[in-house]
Amino acid sequence: MLIKLKGGRVYDPANGVDGEVRDIYVRDGRIVAADQSAKVDAEYDVTGRVVMAGAIDPHTHIGGGKMTIARMMLPEDHRGDEIHRTALTRSATGFAVPSTLAAGYRYAEMGYTAGFEPAMLPANARQAHMEMGDTPMIDKGAFVMLGSDDFLLRQMAARQDFEAIKDYIAWTMHAAQAIAVKVVNPGGISAFKFNQRKLDLDESHAHYGVTPRDVLRTLSRGLKELGVTHPLHVHGCNLGVPGNVSTTLDTIRAMEGLPVHLTHIQFHSYGTEGDQKFSSGAAQVAELINQHANISIDVGQILFGQTCTASGDSMRQYGNTKSAHPKKWVVMDIECDAGCGVVPMKYKDKSFVNALQWAIGLEIFLLVDDPWRVFLTTDHPNGAPFTTYPHLIRLLMDKGFRRDMMQKIHPDAQKASILASLDREYTLYDIAIMTRAGPARSLGLADRGHLAPGAWGDITVYKDDADRERMFTTPEYVFKNGELIVRDGRIVKVVQGATHVARPDYDRNIEKSLQSYFSKYHTVSLQNFKVHDDEIIEHDKGSIVVQPTGARV
Amino acid sequence: MPNQQHGIVAHAETEKLNHECVACPFCGLHCDDLTIATTGAGLIVTANGCDRAKAGFERNVPCASPQIGGQDAPLETAIGEAARRLKASRLPLIGGLGTDVEGMRALLAMADKAGAVVDHVLSTALYRNTGVLQTKGWFMSTLTETRNRADLLIVVGSDLSKEHPRFYERIASPADVMFESTSGQRTVVLIGCGAGAATKVTGERIGKVLDVACEPADIPVLLGALRALLKGVPHAAPPPAGVSEAMLAEIAELCRKASYGVVVWAPQALSFPGADLAVQIISDIVRDMNKTTRFAGLSLGGNDGVASAASVCSWQSGYPLRVSFASGAPEYDPYRFDIARMLAEGEGDLLVWVSTFTPDAGPPATDLPTIVIGTPGLALSRTPDVFIPVGTPGLDHGGRLVRCDGVVSLPLRGVRAGQHPRLIDVAAGIEAAL
Repeated sequence: MLIKLKGGRVYDPANGVDGEVRDIYVRDGRIVAADQSAKVDAEYDVTGRVVMAGAIDPHTHIGGGKMTIARMMLPEDHRGDEIHRTALTRSATGFAVPSTLAAGYRYAEMGYTAGFEPAMLPANARQAHMEMGDTPMIDKGAFVMLGSDDFLLRQMAARQDFEAIKDYIAWTMHAAQAIAVKVVNPGGISAFKFNQRKLDLDESHAHYGVTPRDVLRTLSRGLKELGVTHPLHVHGCNLGVPGNVSTTLDTIRAMEGLPVHLTHIQFHSYGTEGDQKFSSGAAQVAELINQHANISIDVGQILFGQTCTASGDSMRQYGNTKSAHPKKWVVMDIECDAGCGVVPMKYKDKSFVNALQWAIGLEIFLLVDDPWRVFLTTDHPNGAPFTTYPHLIRLLMDKGFRRDMMQKIHPDAQKASILASLDREYTLYDIAIMTRAGPARSLGLADRGHLAPGAWGDITVYKDDADRERMFTTPEYVFKNGELIVRDGRIVKVVQGATHVARPDYDRNIEKSLQSYFSKYHTVSLQNFKVHDDEIIEHDKGSIVVQPTGARV
Repeated sequence: MPNQQHGIVAHAETEKLNHECVACPFCGLHCDDLTIATTGAGLIVTANGCDRAKAGFERNVPCASPQIGGQDAPLETAIGEAARRLKASRLPLIGGLGTDVEGMRALLAMADKAGAVVDHVLSTALYRNTGVLQTKGWFMSTLTETRNRADLLIVVGSDLSKEHPRFYERIASPADVMFESTSGQRTVVLIGCGAGAATKVTGERIGKVLDVACEPADIPVLLGALRALLKGVPHAAPPPAGVSEAMLAEIAELCRKASYGVVVWAPQALSFPGADLAVQIISDIVRDMNKTTRFAGLSLGGNDGVASAASVCSWQSGYPLRVSFASGAPEYDPYRFDIARMLAEGEGDLLVWVSTFTPDAGPPATDLPTIVIGTPGLALSRTPDVFIPVGTPGLDHGGRLVRCDGVVSLPLRGVRAGQHPRLIDVAAGIEAAL
């Protein structure tokens, strides 16, 4: 089967293609070089259309216990946003915490072909994969959470051999079927269980004596030496706390060149200036990021409206419960492993704090120079549901629109932000970097996120439209592995995406100490803790793609 | 399907095979340290099984044939008849739902296509919790966290030895724990757990046991008085009969001194009017206590696959059971789509009843035409219109179950050569024929 996309304007930053008119050929799922003599089975005339690889969301809470807690807690979130069953698709519901089926359908309808769950607890990994298994259309993957689990903290407190720590990191990635590792409030989720209410970068954990700085450096170095492509995915200390910009700056410096990805950095860029003791730290953060090539970020942009925050950060989420809207929330301590906090939130443009959060996110987008190191996220659903991405893209691409929107926010927030002075407009090439090429490169997806021969045929075709929000809301065609799955924003074929994992080498002897730990303290056996390939392949009717890992050093 | 996982295959009937680290599907704790021997005579629990596990694993399951109107029929014919009836039904009710994650997935796909209502046999118990979750939320713990960290356990209204027999052994009194605060003995407070419950709270790690006896219906009043005392505000109602102010003060003092207190309940056991209010006050006490120390709740429901059913239904439809697909989109109403109420009030025109774990969870009495998909030997008050015997997840074939804490899920293995089809194949067959 050979298909041809004829005459589109191609934006493929991984291969340096910036809006050139090109034909794209896909044979049996993969992109191939042009072959004038071959018989084309299906040709799509996309003359004048914008052609990009399928979009990749590198940080979206789509699967796992905290999302299902949110779904259960918020029936009002779903009412009025029902998706009716069709001959092709199941019934489902949205909105901010959509059902798995709705998430898969809506991502595809928006031109996304992959999404990565960033906060999979090892103890909840099986459920996270089950939920991702019930998320159709897109490829998936997950970052496993370490850093507040008692096994690692015990290793660190006992000053264990670093190789054993690396073995444990790698073992966990295998056991949880992860592609990367995330740390959330390093050590802080555990500290909260010991009744500590905050844990700054150099503050000691009351029981283990380790600091967040130790945890960050241990995990980051461990992953680098294991050859895992995606650097440590960091949700830092003090999320949402005014003044946390200094922690964030210190965190960047603390890494001393070790690679890290600082996630939803908007929530970590707050100063304490002004009458309300809340100000933007975006300029300082962006400046330091521009100086440090070892740092990449995603923004976690907030957009106004009702949503729900869901995080592994039980400590900070407990702190945020006072802002819950509606007034209900769930916080959990989980399995000597991690925690979670689910707090519904309504961001209001007439609230000074919310309006400034909105401006801070946009400031960061516009002040960080290198789009290869910034990924477009709202930290779905924490800043806003992923369905707002087209609106966010327009805010970045259209300064007139941005200024119009800025007129609507709290006047003091307008004054407190430098946003109005920022003229930068993202180009289609930039957008293709931050929604495709950048995430794919950062996550180590060898054959996704670009359009060169050999890549899988995940392709999105948009009608060019000066209204970028409209353009990115409803792509004309979406192909997954070379199959047409969406036409004019409507699903025409339902597919099951793959699960991407990375499997760094480790010494199997680590299971001896894990076996002892599990049988002494845990309520699940070591054997049953591990998520087996069969579960994803047979039970979830999925497939596993093992992405390459570098050599261990 | 091959009865095979992790390289263990049960072939000949005479062969005896030991399966280790087997997860038990018969209560919401899903202990996974069982050793099960497969013998010619059936399964034997040779290590770590409680009475519930033994009853479940060692039950002699009769070989049963699918039946239509009480007459044996080939499986395909029975599936076809079930599909025909579902297709003809204007409002089918799919109840019971005693199955695992994979079974629930298959049933939801079928329900969506058939435009059915789904509800679980233990939903009434589940909803004592869900109402609180949806009103104010809560602060919760999990089994491993509680096992290693709790220095105070307050058990409310539940004789845990019945529905969750190994709770005290595995969670309250394990041989090893991780932290100093709990390395000594733990205090256990029982509130309205019934006569005799205290005698079952045993174990080397169990220290003082404070047994506060009260009528189940008085539990909310007692908890309200305790909460008021902890908050230092006056409470209007006196503590219930038999409970002294001094005893309340003692509990309050234990709470204040605890480094990690856990309030435990089994929603199934709270079968008194206002039980949801008890759960609400538990949640309020936990919330209040967390202002100064650490506290959490721990709900031990999850029997008969209800945690799996509620979780899968939530992630696929957005709602935790009592969902109708009749309009073509999920519609949620915990009152309207309570199948017990619908049956009592003459709503619906077909009952599909699913129970794969226990023979006790048979369909409720009803005049509606009934399709039963269940474990052979299932208690039936009358001959169903269609009966399709199916295997039990975790005995006859693999699968997964979500534990009572809603966080951990366990893989299930087939430990014997099952003679009956899997629910997922039956449901998929029906769905395909709709």
